[in-house]
Amino acid sequence: MDARGSARTIYRESLPILLVSLCGGIFAGVVLGTPAMRNGLETYPGLLLALPAFLATRGNVYGALGARIASGLHQGLLDPHIAWDRRLVNAVVAAVLNGVGISAFVAVASWSILVVQPGRSPASLFALLGILLLASVLTACVMVVGLLSVVFAGYRRGADPDNLIGPVVTTLGDVFGVVFLAIAVALVGVIA
Amino acid sequence: MSDAPATRVDAWSIESIVRTMAPLLLVLSLLEMGSGIVLESFEETYLANPTLLVLVPVMIGMGGNLGAIVAARLSTQLHLGTLSFDPRTPALRASILAVLGLAVTVFSVLGVVVYAIGHAMGSPMALATLMTISLVSGLSLAVVAIVLGVLVTYVSYRRGYDPDDVTIPVVTNACDILGVVIFSAVVLVVL
Repeated sequence: MDARGSARTIYRESLPILLVSLCGGIFAGVVLGTPAMRNGLETYPGLLLALPAFLATRGNVYGALGARIASGLHQGLLDPHIAWDRRLVNAVVAAVLNGVGISAFVAVASWSILVVQPGRSPASLFALLGILLLASVLTACVMVVGLLSVVFAGYRRGADPDNLIGPVVTTLGDVFGVVFLAIAVALVGVIA
Repeated sequence: MSDAPATRVDAWSIESIVRTMAPLLLVLSLLEMGSGIVLESFEETYLANPTLLVLVPVMIGMGGNLGAIVAARLSTQLHLGTLSFDPRTPALRASILAVLGLAVTVFSVLGVVVYAIGHAMGSPMALATLMTISLVSGLSLAVVAIVLGVLVTYVSYRRGYDPDDVTIPVVTNACDILGVVIFSAVVLVVL
């Protein structure tokens, strides 16, 4: 097989997924660039520090949930329907616990990093924790429902769930992660 | 679904899933905070140029996507027993060419779209500046994704790790972290 020909095949197969993920990323960027969000980043020092970890944990936590569900489907341990199944409920609860827990950790760590840096002062720990916890709970709802719907619907139509999970998780995570972060900033601004 | 033996349910218990994932998540989030520190130290530049802020989520995520393509293909070849780490072999050269081509396409589109968005947001930047920032960061990231993809697959192959469990998460996260660092370095040089 000549390299040029198969490079073209890989290119053609990967481009659509990358473009979908690009759209999600640009949308997230536009939300990040809005005056309200810029204001939030300025008001709450530490939020920009937390952003990469916050966005990446979405991918790691819900990517792992997706991989688990895909293996469950392949092994016949799960039915491809959203139902009150013990394994499915356990997997979802564990993923949400991980997602919310790690966001709290990221908030505390961001705050601590800025506290120990000379000449920098973070937003209050209460505000950072509130914003990241709120955003992670809201994202969890959308990620779980979105991931299960797409993976189950895809599986019932004969698509390999392994190929769906990556792009679904990245795109939903980018878009809703930043949108809910903006909403959480607004909500905490009202409360605090 | 009928009741399965207890041992099979155990791997699906909340406690076991949380226990398996949490340590890895803690380490990864600490590493991600490294790129957060870089991002935060450029906060004034980004807040003064909101157009650059639009690029940030793509720079966080796209490196991982490119790295995953390289790692997934190498892992599959490893499973099939056709893997070679010699860059002259057609299979490896095809992955490298494809990822470079994908990076040129994606980061050109990104530059043009963000240029238009910058105008719409009322904080325009020169097209040449944005294209330079987008393409130089994107291509550097693609090269890093290729090198890491090959290197990590090679190490996990030598140590006998399952490449699907190890390679793809490691490469994806490493590329995501380096994306922001490379982007900030390019912004520093270009602006």
